[in-house]
Amino acid sequence: MQKLTRGELVRKAEELLDNGEVKHVLGWRAGEFDYDLTPSVFDTKDDIEANFRFDDFCGPNFSKYLVKKTRELEGKILVFLKPCDTYSFNELLTEHRFDREKVYVVGIECSGMADIFKIKEIAGEGISKIEPDGEYLSVASLYDDEPVKIKASDVLEERCINCKSKKHVVYDELLGEEGEEQDSGRFEEVEKLEKMTSEERFGFWKKELSRCIRCNACRDVCPACTCEKCVFDNPDSGTQNKSPATTFEEQNFHIIRAYHVAGRCTDCGECSRVCPQRIPLHLLNRKFIKDIDSFYGDYQAGQEAGQRNPLIDYTQNDIDPSEIFGGAK
Amino acid sequence: MQRIGVFVCHCGTNIAGTVDVSQVAEALSHEPGVVYSKDYTYMCSATGQGMLKDAIRDYNLTGVVICSCSPRMHENTFRKAAEQAGLNPFMLEIANIREQCSWVHKDMAIGTAKAIVLGRAAVAKVNLNAPLTSGETAVTKRALVIGGGIAGIQTALDIADAGFPVDIVEKKPTIGGKMAQLDKTFPTLDCAACILTPKMVEAQQNENITIYSYSEVEDVKGFVGNFDVKIRRKARYVDETKCTGCGLCTEKCPMKKVPNEFNLGMDSRHAVYIPFAQAVPKVATIDPNYCLKLKSGKCGLCSKVCSVGAIDYTQKDEIIEEKYGAIVVATGYNPISLDKFDEFAYSKSKDVISSLELERLMNAAGPTGGTLLRPSDGTHPHTVVFVQCVGSRCEANAEKGKEYCSKICCMYTAKHAMLIRDKYPDTDVYVFYIDVRTPGKNFDEFYRRAVEQYGVHYIKGMVGKVTPEDGKLKVQASDLLDNRQLKIDADMVVLAAAIEPDKSARPLATMLTASMDTNDFFTEAHPKLRPVESPTAGVFLSGVCQGPKDIPETVAQAGAAASKAIGLLCKDKLKNNACVAESNEMMCNGCSQCEKVCAYGAITYVDKEFRMPDRTTQVRRVASVNPAVCQGCGACASACPSGAMDLKGFKNDQILAEVDALCR
Repeated sequence: MQKLTRGELVRKAEELLDNGEVKHVLGWRAGEFDYDLTPSVFDTKDDIEANFRFDDFCGPNFSKYLVKKTRELEGKILVFLKPCDTYSFNELLTEHRFDREKVYVVGIECSGMADIFKIKEIAGEGISKIEPDGEYLSVASLYDDEPVKIKASDVLEERCINCKSKKHVVYDELLGEEGEEQDSGRFEEVEKLEKMTSEERFGFWKKELSRCIRCNACRDVCPACTCEKCVFDNPDSGTQNKSPATTFEEQNFHIIRAYHVAGRCTDCGECSRVCPQRIPLHLLNRKFIKDIDSFYGDYQAGQEAGQRNPLIDYTQNDIDPSEIFGGAK
Repeated sequence: MQRIGVFVCHCGTNIAGTVDVSQVAEALSHEPGVVYSKDYTYMCSATGQGMLKDAIRDYNLTGVVICSCSPRMHENTFRKAAEQAGLNPFMLEIANIREQCSWVHKDMAIGTAKAIVLGRAAVAKVNLNAPLTSGETAVTKRALVIGGGIAGIQTALDIADAGFPVDIVEKKPTIGGKMAQLDKTFPTLDCAACILTPKMVEAQQNENITIYSYSEVEDVKGFVGNFDVKIRRKARYVDETKCTGCGLCTEKCPMKKVPNEFNLGMDSRHAVYIPFAQAVPKVATIDPNYCLKLKSGKCGLCSKVCSVGAIDYTQKDEIIEEKYGAIVVATGYNPISLDKFDEFAYSKSKDVISSLELERLMNAAGPTGGTLLRPSDGTHPHTVVFVQCVGSRCEANAEKGKEYCSKICCMYTAKHAMLIRDKYPDTDVYVFYIDVRTPGKNFDEFYRRAVEQYGVHYIKGMVGKVTPEDGKLKVQASDLLDNRQLKIDADMVVLAAAIEPDKSARPLATMLTASMDTNDFFTEAHPKLRPVESPTAGVFLSGVCQGPKDIPETVAQAGAAASKAIGLLCKDKLKNNACVAESNEMMCNGCSQCEKVCAYGAITYVDKEFRMPDRTTQVRRVASVNPAVCQGCGACASACPSGAMDLKGFKNDQILAEVDALCR
């Protein structure tokens, strides 16, 4: 259950549209289902009044949309960013992907978002309505007479359980309370994988990745994946593919993607959120983050705009990975 | 489609001994694009090159694969030959079937199979090759010499004599290096200072030479012909342009108890000091670690006595920036620390000394005025024991010491032994050795003189333990030839400590992107054929920074390094690498990652208008490579997340085609 209300966000959006500070509002639009909100641009107060939503299903991170929208739209855009979204925002600024001047950032306090898959595990399929009810979510389905009451904190997304920060690293204005960086256990799962033998680990990933249907949702949603032409869409790259025709997807696509975003991934967790097959893709990225931390000292992508990630920064004191992992020098 | 010719070289039996070359030629003839495939005994011979040229003309070849030795050997030969026959030289690739195949295999079947695969990969690459042309850049006609010892001085003098300006950067307050600390030199026994100081003065007087003493190289950017170097001139708190070197300040300074590094701490100097009488530049330096004025604000005596007002307590480090066409490394060496050699009691007794300390004890400008006295009680030693190979020729992975031979110790120990016996005939001198190594002009004669004429006791065997007892040093050793244990009561023990590269060499190598071996000696471009060049173009090696050597060898190498640098500086233009990076602007995100990894500053960004499919225009920030500055290292291409950046001649699809061919 969010502390911040839809009303507060709507009032802020309308105020900024009224006083001419912004021309457009990037927000969550009501979708076909209550849990299925769509990132969307609102230009009028009427549209906002009717279709703007803010609740436990506002997972989508808007940072990436700014790359396209700042090019397409005239005038300033208001964007609502949760704490974790602000890291992606900064990272994109670092990479010169959009003009900061064209964006007005309203940071919003976040109490964690709900995972619809976890809700479905409890309430079953055919969910017709989800309404907040204090600390609970009231979930009605086509097949049940009575709505099921689920405690919101029991169905938090994984990335929210292991929230790394409730602090906004960038904003023009803040709604709600400013939070702190969190002491999260986000590397525990990675450590479990590290403890496996290489055969076990290969088995784990083969099993997980074999479910991939190559829908590209992880790539499409990832705020680090903003290439003008993705190598996976580029016929010249030799790796272009749109269907899981070979074992390539199972073994290479996600690994290549993890390499491409290494050092730039803020661990926003969007990849795992959107995966229809529930593949824990964030674990690949977290392994990279953990390794980078252990090689070069703690580093958080997107902490500041303009910072230099350790993989593209060389110093004389850079450690040789063999000093940690052993092996030939 | 390319028309590719394949040539498989036998290299006598070097390749043909383990690779069935005719089978390789036959197998590769079926590869896509191959229209001609043949083997020949020596492709690099005039006949072999003629064959290549004829085939290019007769078969209208558009690409060539030579299966032969490493491209480091003959790529140039074949590319030139191809060019003479009208083919773009970058349409030729080498498959290394010698160093990477025939030499590492014994079994003909395995060697042949691997040679075929390597050839196949090269064919796959040539199928995607495109003709490339090189641009040109101008050369900055100025050289930098890092290190002002005899190696650096000689190199600078030779370059300056050829008419090019040279800067010497020396981290100590004076040039001269280790040679300035030596007493006599083998095998002629002339005084080191007498032959070194004229060179130092010559360097100072030469109009083409600028000496930056008490300075260090801070940063190196750029590439051969165009290095941008930052030099930190450390604050010496004395205005070099005003100081006359009169030395009054050094006499009046009340801080008298500063260990004198020039005499290896065996006596003291003042906080303001001139290292030695013939220092160049002869300018005082204030040691900020001891100066009362700098530490507590009180004193200021030196400033009061200085008649020219050269003392400046407010002086700060200064960074100067200069452009150079060539860089010569002459960072030299130091004796290793003897702290770990407890068995010789180096840290327990003042009378156990290193050979360099002995040099100072025998030198007229040294702490004892040239009389050999025991540091502990100032008496004459009557029995002196020399221990050879202390920390040299140790076992690999030993806890202490170096695996290599320090090369100079046998000769200088013979010198020391001889000098002691000459000056003090009543002194017994023992030398314990593993081997005596004296290759060199007049070297063995010199050593035999020590034994035969001067009666030095040379004993094959190592000293096991030195124990200080009642003012004596009890030396336990073994005589391997007589197979007996020896016990000697010595007054003094001299350790021939191994030498190691100066500690500044490793960070410098990183700045220069020059390679080093595991002992921190700089690696030469080729151990036999390019001994004074670093593999990094435009960086040359002079003196012990490349490996242990004595003074004559150092001076010879210094001259060789100078001539290589002069050869470079003589050129008006250098041909650029044709294999440079290029950015596909349609794919570039403008994310700046390539710019950040570029070590040469070759990448900039421009805002460019793009016409979109829907006929609108869009302005995007895209990377642009300056081909004159790009060195073709490929760091940008691997950092680029979108694959927009690619390296000509080594394009991603070419590399992948090679990998695919290898895995087929």
